[in-house]
Amino acid sequence: MPVRRARGAGNIGDVIFEWACRGAAILVLALLGAIIVELFIAGLPAFRAFGLPFIWSTEWDPVQEVFGAGVSIYGTVVTSVLAIVLAVPLAFGVAFYLTELAPVWLKRPLGTAIELLAAVPSIIYGMWGFFVIVPAFATYLQPWIIDNIGELPLIGFLFQGAPFGTGIFMASFILAIMILPFIAATMRDVFDQVPPVYKESAYGLGATTWEVMRGVVLPYTRISVVGGVMLGLGRALGETMAVTFVIGNANRITTSLFGPGNTIASLVALEFGESETGSLKLASLLALGFILFVLSFIVLAVSRYLLRSRLKA
Amino acid sequence: MSLSMTASSVPGPRKDPEVAARLGRRRKRADVIVRTLCMVATLLGIAFLISILLTLFVRGFTAMSPMVFTHSTAPPGSEGGLANAIVGSLIQATIGTAIGTPIGMLVGTYLAEYARGSKFGNVVRFVSDILLSAPSILIGLFVYQILVLPFGGFSGWAGVVALAIIVIPVVVRTTEDMLSLIPNTLREAVIGLGSPKWKMIVFVCWKSAMSGIITGILLAVARVAGETAPLLFTSLGNNTWSTDLSRPMASLPVTIYSFAGSPFEDWIALAWAGALIITLGVLSLNILARTVLRGRK
Repeated sequence: MPVRRARGAGNIGDVIFEWACRGAAILVLALLGAIIVELFIAGLPAFRAFGLPFIWSTEWDPVQEVFGAGVSIYGTVVTSVLAIVLAVPLAFGVAFYLTELAPVWLKRPLGTAIELLAAVPSIIYGMWGFFVIVPAFATYLQPWIIDNIGELPLIGFLFQGAPFGTGIFMASFILAIMILPFIAATMRDVFDQVPPVYKESAYGLGATTWEVMRGVVLPYTRISVVGGVMLGLGRALGETMAVTFVIGNANRITTSLFGPGNTIASLVALEFGESETGSLKLASLLALGFILFVLSFIVLAVSRYLLRSRLKA
Repeated sequence: MSLSMTASSVPGPRKDPEVAARLGRRRKRADVIVRTLCMVATLLGIAFLISILLTLFVRGFTAMSPMVFTHSTAPPGSEGGLANAIVGSLIQATIGTAIGTPIGMLVGTYLAEYARGSKFGNVVRFVSDILLSAPSILIGLFVYQILVLPFGGFSGWAGVVALAIIVIPVVVRTTEDMLSLIPNTLREAVIGLGSPKWKMIVFVCWKSAMSGIITGILLAVARVAGETAPLLFTSLGNNTWSTDLSRPMASLPVTIYSFAGSPFEDWIALAWAGALIITLGVLSLNILARTVLRGRK
């Protein structure tokens, strides 16, 4: 609890220090507000020119000066959601192994290794993905998937096309590896917070480790687990450099997951350099930035809300 | 009565040893399968890390030479290095951290010492957490809007400001966490001696939390050292040697980005050398930060 000032009278140092702290806090608030307002104002010409259909229009034609956010919003959402689908089971496995299964001497080195995975810069993931994973996938795995799974009814259309390696699926795969450590770390932290008595009672009844996890730990932590997943989703939405390397960068919506696409962040990173100051294209890119900000803000806010009990503890 | 009824109405395993044994086997099998899958998941995570590091070492070391550190970037085909990018990164990351750290520390202190449990404090904490996870490319766009456009062009200063904005929430988080760990009895003792509150915070609380705060600063440096997206729109990059912050400035990540995407073999090789340097730097900073924190416990 904050300790009240003992002898306030005449102590100018206290007043200055408290206001310095408060001023810095207000600055942080102002920063977030300024980011929202600036991005909105900068994107205003695009919103004005294209109206609300800007959000779903799939047009991106710099020659005709017609721009729409549809394709990149679609790419952003699809790659992020697919990344979550791929990353969550893995992250759960890692967190479960680290909290319940790993021998004590292995816990720390393994935990550190997973955390280092989170520290590797995004651009390194991009290079690694582009120069190592993409060729390997296109040579060994992708032709087989296209020939076999691509022929299946109902889901086959998702896996058709030419084996280029790059595309929506590859972007999701690299994103999944990048967000895996964030989700795993959150899950590990909340799993560790389950009171040992609960687990011990279940073990005492003869439950297996998996039954304790499914019947005691997961129900106890499920809200925070969802919060951790949302945190990973928030990261995936705005990831730029890695995606730019591997997504194939084409402004169209393909039904196949192996087709190229783009995301808001990758489109902005690629096209920004080719946009003139004051052009409608630049305004459209900044408008895309505003949309991305709104998307991530919602996801992150929900994540914070779900994780609030963990943060208090 | 109800107890005996439930006991008899549930087809319990005790009644039929064979069913019990089969059920037990199935439960054990499910357990073994899940355990194995979890181990595979962990191994997969480690395999990704090892694959990244191996790739960097193999491709980075073959491209490594003293010239990487002594020469500036040059056109493809001529002798070039990464000296300007390395120095540019060092300058921007250092000044960015130097600007962001005090602000972040003050905010963290405000949250832990003045606004604990208050509504305003909760809002600030929420906003800081949003900034912590917000896409860094948007910070770049924001700084482009407020510094690059009005002040006539890309500059090292714009890059510094973008990085400082990224540093702030990292330092806020660790400062607040570390200050919250300090027992209140310590604060009461200091106040009881008649010290003003600011002296208590600066000379007792900050001092006790110092190793934790240093950890946060190291992690912040590691984070901004690898940032690419916010620098694309702010300091842009520079192919010649420059330490002038009012002009566009090279940085390692942006140079790696443009070189790795080029069709020239020697540029791609240099990109790998740069990637190795930056990853080694970032990972050692992380490990160092962990050691600092562990030394405290």
